[in-house]
Amino acid sequence: MDSEKKIRVLVAKPGLDGHDRGAKVIAQAFRDAGMEVIYTGLRQTPEMIVSAALQEDVDVVALSCLSGAHLTLFSRVIALLKQKGMEDVLVIGGGVIPDDDIPILKEAGVAEVFTPGTPLSQAVDFVKNHVQVKG
Amino acid sequence: MGDETNRIKEEMEKWENGLLKKTLAKAKERENLPVKRLYTPLDLEGHSYLDKVGFPGQYPFTRGIQPTMYRGRFWTMRMYSGFATAEETNQRYKYLLAQVITGLSVAFDLPTQIGYDSDHPLAEGEVGKVGVAIDSLKDMEDLFEGIPLGKVSTSMTINAPAAVLLAMYQAVAEKQGFKAEELDGTIQNDVLKEYIARGTYIYPPGPSMRLITNIFEYCSKHIPKWNTISLGAYHIREAGSNAAQEIAFAFANAIDYIEAAIKAGLNIDDFAPRISWIFATDINVLEEVAKFRAARRLWAKILKERFGAKDPRSCMLRIHVHTSGSVLTAQQPLNNVVRVTLQALAAVLGGTNSMATCAYDEALALPTEESATLALRTQQILAYESGAADTVDPLAGSYYVEALTDQLQEQAEAYLTKIDAMGGAVKAIEKGYVQSEIQRSAYESQLAVERGQKIIVGVNKFQTHYEPPKNLLKVDPAVRERQIVKLNELKTNRDNARVQTALKTLKECAQGTDNLYPPILEAVKAYATLGEICDTLRDVFGEYTPPQIL
Repeated sequence: MDSEKKIRVLVAKPGLDGHDRGAKVIAQAFRDAGMEVIYTGLRQTPEMIVSAALQEDVDVVALSCLSGAHLTLFSRVIALLKQKGMEDVLVIGGGVIPDDDIPILKEAGVAEVFTPGTPLSQAVDFVKNHVQVKG
Repeated sequence: MGDETNRIKEEMEKWENGLLKKTLAKAKERENLPVKRLYTPLDLEGHSYLDKVGFPGQYPFTRGIQPTMYRGRFWTMRMYSGFATAEETNQRYKYLLAQVITGLSVAFDLPTQIGYDSDHPLAEGEVGKVGVAIDSLKDMEDLFEGIPLGKVSTSMTINAPAAVLLAMYQAVAEKQGFKAEELDGTIQNDVLKEYIARGTYIYPPGPSMRLITNIFEYCSKHIPKWNTISLGAYHIREAGSNAAQEIAFAFANAIDYIEAAIKAGLNIDDFAPRISWIFATDINVLEEVAKFRAARRLWAKILKERFGAKDPRSCMLRIHVHTSGSVLTAQQPLNNVVRVTLQALAAVLGGTNSMATCAYDEALALPTEESATLALRTQQILAYESGAADTVDPLAGSYYVEALTDQLQEQAEAYLTKIDAMGGAVKAIEKGYVQSEIQRSAYESQLAVERGQKIIVGVNKFQTHYEPPKNLLKVDPAVRERQIVKLNELKTNRDNARVQTALKTLKECAQGTDNLYPPILEAVKAYATLGEICDTLRDVFGEYTPPQIL
């Protein structure tokens, strides 16, 4: 592993939810932690997100959703990543997500779910500990 | 007065050098507090009661817009609600009306807010989730079935497609036998804040401003009691701004709307009295009280001095408050009951005219019937039991609250001067200035939590194990399928020739300069869908692409 290589993160807002405070705050935190961050902006379809992930060759896709569409949208992103052979990309999620849905998301392949109130450092450390930066 | 000031100065010096010094030598104060240790009459030197505070019901309205405030009538108690289908939401409204809410407040789902029908590909996973799905006049009829629209006041949180939803409301009311003149309510209709804070925009600023001023014009003639815009200071705060920015950025948007309306030939006193506001109420009680007072005073000044308004009603800042959702925590959710109570208390002490309270489980899901009822009962307890509503503007004259009111007004005015220098709100938004200011505040406030400078009980202090609440409201994913079936039936059974003619007329109007509302109303009455109407306008106006600010 090249120690100079930075972790690349795609922060994405799938669906129609316009609440991007959390997405922008976490993006800033990743950047302050020395990662390279790309933010998709609002209203992204799972297809657009996966295509951006592929094009930007990211190590992490961080999905944020507060509208309740997370089960549909996060699962779709993961399925599309698999389809493109990008299983090694770490997918994490955040937003207003009921506890009951967290195991379902994890089962689908979301590595960790961060709900409101999670310290930024926890998400940053999680990414650092779980990413093998591509050489 | 001068003697008194000198005596206070002398006594304060003695106190500082004596008693205070001794105390601080023994016990330090908490660090990084944002306000001064003590406020005294010295903080209000040169402060004129008559100019700055005055009497309720008259300029500058610092103490409230009505002479007797809650002694006459309590604030309107609303509950923001809507989920799943029109039929299910109708049941919730009837339940809430039975619990004595005094106004309805409609939450629409995201596809509706962005002008997509439920069968649009981007609507997948979103139908009926954060609000009720409305595809056509048929859904609107079902939403208000058995609720006489001439007798309730309804607030609709709708922006980019506000004209379409208002037209649907008007059409339903007319079918129920009411006249447009009788209708009372509010549409949010504030697209500028969508660009900076909430993201449910459709068209670029130019055509959005046209739709907005077209609504002003139509309503001033035909739906005179309707509040034609409710400026969203709330969303700016929720996106991360501080209290002064909340006032300033929302006012900057309002100034642009007013200028657009004046440019379109409207007279300030013909439409300004119908401008209303939605503010957040955060948890710092005294700062929030000062915020509402400062906002009322600054608004009155802007309308009078900048726009030459003559009608006192033009200068009244009529406030609806929604308790801030971002204050709520998913951890130990019952703590949110206390948070909402404090937020609501701040709004009452600050003289709000209408309020919606969050339910304690809203950091996790949409409220259940039970949690929504508790949120409403919170307002009722404040009104009937707490005494906070018994006298007008009870915190006036507090050295701290008056000083903070002055300070927030000054800070907000400084932002407005800056935005004016950039050429107004639209220009400042296009440059990304407002967005980056909000983002900076949001990040700083999160860092303060991380560093433990800002304590959130149960989150970064006093964490304990807690049981997440059971029985959260879940919206059945099949809602989308049901909507699609209903849409298909509608399209089969309506007069499609009439729909096509209406859409063609709408398109021609959009290409010209006439008021868009009448052809939208005709399309709605022909049962054209929301998506069809918005797509017709999309074809002509295009869609907004935001600048990327990160």
